[in-house]
Amino acid sequence: MIVPFTHVLILSGILFLMGVFCAVSRRNLIMILLGIEIMLNAASIAFVGASLHFHLMEGQVFALFIIAVAAAEVSVGLALFVCVYRRTGSLDPGISE
Amino acid sequence: MTLYAIIFYLLAALIIISTGIAITRHNMVHVVIYLVFSFFGTSMLFYLFGAPLLAVLQIIIYAGAIMVLFLFIIMMLKIETPETSMFPLSQWVPAAALCAACVVLGLLLLQSEPQLGKPLETAMANPSDFGYYLFKWHWMSIELVSILLLVALVGALHLGRAKIPTQSEEP
Repeated sequence: MIVPFTHVLILSGILFLMGVFCAVSRRNLIMILLGIEIMLNAASIAFVGASLHFHLMEGQVFALFIIAVAAAEVSVGLALFVCVYRRTGSLDPGISE
Repeated sequence: MTLYAIIFYLLAALIIISTGIAITRHNMVHVVIYLVFSFFGTSMLFYLFGAPLLAVLQIIIYAGAIMVLFLFIIMMLKIETPETSMFPLSQWVPAAALCAACVVLGLLLLQSEPQLGKPLETAMANPSDFGYYLFKWHWMSIELVSILLLVALVGALHLGRAKIPTQSEEP
């Protein structure tokens, strides 16, 4: 017997809020991408917990797809950041020029 | 409180504390190291929830590949820290407050569901059963994800390629 499913969802919600905080407040493009990674991680925790709660394997399947999509997103995102750095010389999203 | 519950709370504390430290650091390398600890905790949580294959994949892909990719980019680009490392409060607090309100409302809605209050039973999804299930019912999604990864590979190559024509025109 592990904990109730609501505790898993509370953990996932706290982690998601941390990801949102990281993505919207930090003034650095890499930190924004890391915030998105934290949010995806929180979602996959919720999915795996739901898979255990409902005794269905679909949640684990979705967590696997989340990992694959996160890998694809990070590779394209970091290549975009290299492009942005070549063009503007900085990784500051608040640059106004 | 059983042993599994104690393990869950310890892992939850590890994940939340290491993520909380990570998102407030200013040195990017420290951020990545603390996030690796957070992903290790998540992987052990997956093992506790009976998904050993996902636990291994979490370590290999998230904590291994993705974080090392971030480290490469951090080492490659010279990141100067601006005078203010955060946006002004008025710009991001509304968005974060809206998201927090949504999360709190969702958790309050879940409280009214009596089914969710009972403790989870331990179970283990055998990796071979998981693989059979995946390729029996979700083979189409597997194909789509493989195409997505191929597109991401080609896109990253195209974006990261140095502009050769402009360099040859300059001299």
